[in-house]
Amino acid sequence: MSAPHDSMTSAPSDASSDSPLLLANVSRRGFLIGASAFGGLVLAVGFPAALRAADAPKYGRDGMPDGWTDNPLAFVAIGEDGTVTIVCHRSEMGQGVRTGMPMIVADELEADWKRVRIAQAPGDQKRFGNQDTDGSRSTRHFFEPMRRCGAAARTMLETAAATRWNVPVGEVEARNHEVVHRQSGRRLGYGALAKDAAKLPVPPRDTLRLKDPSRFRYIGKGELKLADGPNIVSGKAQYGIDTRLPGMLYAVVARPPVYGGKVAKYDAAEALKVPGVVRVVEIEQSPPPAEFNPLGGVAVVARNTWAAIKGRQALKIEWNDGPNAGYDSTAFKATLEEAARKPGKVVRNDGDVDGAMASAARRVEAEYYIPHLAHATMEPPAATARIVQGKCEAWGCIQSPQAARDRIAKRLGMSADNVKVNVTLLGGGFGRKSKPDFMIEAAVLSKAMSGAPVKVTWTREDDLHNSYYHTVSVEHLEAGLDAGGKPVAWLHRTVAPTIMSTFNPEARNEAPFELGMNAVNVPFAIPNVRVENPEATAHTRIGWFRSVSNIPHAFAVQSFVAELAAAAGRDPKDFLLELIGPARRIDPRTLGDTWNHGEDPEQYPLDTGRMRRVVETAAREAGWGKTLPKGRGQGIAVVYSFVTYVAAVVEVLVNDKGELAIPRVDVAVDCGAQINPDRVRSQLAGACTMGVSLATKEEISFKAGRVEQDNYNAYEIMRTDASPREIRVHLIPGDFNAPLGGVGEPGVPPIAPALCNAIFAATGKRIRRLPIRDQLKA
Amino acid sequence: MVTLNVNGKTQQVDVAPDTPLLWALRDVLGLTGTKFGCGIALCGACTVHLDGQPTRSCVTPISAAAQRKITTVEGIGADRVGKAVQTAWVEVGVPQCGYCQAGQVMSATALLKQNPKPTDADIDAAMSGNICRCGTYSRIRAAIQRVAGQKGATQ
Repeated sequence: MSAPHDSMTSAPSDASSDSPLLLANVSRRGFLIGASAFGGLVLAVGFPAALRAADAPKYGRDGMPDGWTDNPLAFVAIGEDGTVTIVCHRSEMGQGVRTGMPMIVADELEADWKRVRIAQAPGDQKRFGNQDTDGSRSTRHFFEPMRRCGAAARTMLETAAATRWNVPVGEVEARNHEVVHRQSGRRLGYGALAKDAAKLPVPPRDTLRLKDPSRFRYIGKGELKLADGPNIVSGKAQYGIDTRLPGMLYAVVARPPVYGGKVAKYDAAEALKVPGVVRVVEIEQSPPPAEFNPLGGVAVVARNTWAAIKGRQALKIEWNDGPNAGYDSTAFKATLEEAARKPGKVVRNDGDVDGAMASAARRVEAEYYIPHLAHATMEPPAATARIVQGKCEAWGCIQSPQAARDRIAKRLGMSADNVKVNVTLLGGGFGRKSKPDFMIEAAVLSKAMSGAPVKVTWTREDDLHNSYYHTVSVEHLEAGLDAGGKPVAWLHRTVAPTIMSTFNPEARNEAPFELGMNAVNVPFAIPNVRVENPEATAHTRIGWFRSVSNIPHAFAVQSFVAELAAAAGRDPKDFLLELIGPARRIDPRTLGDTWNHGEDPEQYPLDTGRMRRVVETAAREAGWGKTLPKGRGQGIAVVYSFVTYVAAVVEVLVNDKGELAIPRVDVAVDCGAQINPDRVRSQLAGACTMGVSLATKEEISFKAGRVEQDNYNAYEIMRTDASPREIRVHLIPGDFNAPLGGVGEPGVPPIAPALCNAIFAATGKRIRRLPIRDQLKA
Repeated sequence: MVTLNVNGKTQQVDVAPDTPLLWALRDVLGLTGTKFGCGIALCGACTVHLDGQPTRSCVTPISAAAQRKITTVEGIGADRVGKAVQTAWVEVGVPQCGYCQAGQVMSATALLKQNPKPTDADIDAAMSGNICRCGTYSRIRAAIQRVAGQKGATQ
């Protein structure tokens, strides 16, 4: 199968909304617009409906800002030459959405993939539905609407052909880019039918015939190559950092090194002497909370990026650091530990934990530390903006183009109708690029330069010094075992600055969406369970990082389960399965989880049968329990996140010098049906690699309010020589008509605990503090 | 003014001679396929070939690149091995976000031209300078082995 041609929208033009596309000329009556209940709310971006108590609960795609649409007029256009243009409205950051989404439409449309062209939607949620590409939601929320888009467009083509031939529509059938009249064998290509089809109304949703999954051409097959692959390997693919416009200027910004700090005074004289530097511009600081606002600082605008970088080196800036100047990671760890050792806000309470602990035959206690992390996307944040005749147009690697559009409008004091945000490819996202601060910087600087196009590039140092960091946490666990080694009481105290602190400085408790990531919703068959959440204060910008709070919670919970197994003298896999208990479907609300990843608890119960199955599959495929030579060991962990079940068995080799190698990882995933199995495999393998990287090497630490890591030498990302030699991904088959799970994130959280459990099996050493770094050499 | 020979074409760039080749390629010549990742030769995203040798363009001043043959990812497809690497990358489905892959393709091409049948250890040695945050390492190794296994691809 070849990839669609011309698959990336070039930066300055936009094929999706302005081109005279045939189907796009149809009357807008008959639109199939879905729920759009929450558009425009400030805090709505990325947050599910359940967080806003005043609203009636809406789940899944209905609960997202601007909801969804299955209107083919927004997504499909057919040219008279037969080229089918399909719009992708979600941001591509490596998850394969620019292949997967159009593929769904093309399949129901019976389009020939070789004649499909993919256009990237600008930020316009009223037209396309929700575009926040986060939360592992794209396919899970848009599989059905995209199927209906394709089916509706197919029906219009069939109707046009039947009318042309004057035969009942039931006698015709769309097949591989043409419509065929079964009785006579007559056929008409999509190009020949496009004009007539464009005059027809969009058929009502309840009349659409969706394909039986047995007739899918592309969905579930994994045979289509990545749409952007050829452009990526030849250097043609356009990322946010690659935008070029006539007369464009290049900027880098010196931002406050401490969160909440601002410029006290600065001297630009030396910077202005650097050849190529055009101007030095102060960007006004927005006082905390940071939300999505630029941090402020001093920008150097130049004729090329290097001149801007050299100009910035020559700036003399005095900062007023503000109240976070004392943020120190060593001291803060002690603060978190102190909080974790005292009672805190009770967020789940089943039975009588204190009583059961008191009468337990044995008590086990452990504390885990998981540091701040940075996304460190290979492409640092970068965006370009220009203002022409009162209208701002921006380009960039953005996960949330509508939020960027709204925030640019607000900052520039113009209507969002006068702001257009074009989405490029993202050189990695992982949640960092959900925050449009860097794109607002470009707009502010363009305004300062009288509307000239300005590209803002973050250097790696900028990226690591001024990120929205993954939180830092201490997880304190206690359990009571009966005489037979069976857990009878479970106490988990989780302490971590909340993401909500980035929006509300008073927020000191984890939000329901954080607690619902494997703190409260552990589905273990233990009668007495209490989860507490003592307060923690944020001293930097806390933000979403791929799989979010599942990382610390699952590391602690799944490590502690293995610790209990060891205490009970049991096999960790058998012990884990016993804790999960028999197959049952649990209403997450009964576990204190009111969030459930934004999904309907009736439609998405926590299914322990599915959880057991991934554990059993990973164990079987990995040859769990096989005899291994000295220094080798296997570890297992299972995590339910983003309504998907993932179990991992990691096999390690630790030599006499304490050097770690990972010969093999087996990952079993049940995310429901796989729309593009090849991309599911690549996401799970990539998540495994990232999981090993963060477990072994990654840590952001602060001293005097400042991040200590400057670049990849101090913030180490795992390289190929240390990466697992073999990652085997085992997909559990699913039903295409059943609810789907997420794929982008859920592969990350089981890796760190499975790895540390394997290290324990191999060496007897229990890692409770990440990253592992040289702890095995001690 | 410095004269550069890029992908067989001689071009003049009018920026300071200490300007890294990376920024001259990207900002002056419009060859944005070569990527910025770290600026200090730690990640390999900016890898180009100078007279066939894989080189980090982010720390190579244009003054040091003059008089030498510069090949970027935009030009590597003209080389038989480079083309084979690009094809294998697409066939194996290596890229995720794809941002680091220009550098990976350049490093892999240099490896295979010098060592048509690399071992796993050879691959580790040649490719560990290139970071991939998406974690595509296992497919990169598979794609390199695929090219190495193709008769005539690297000879």
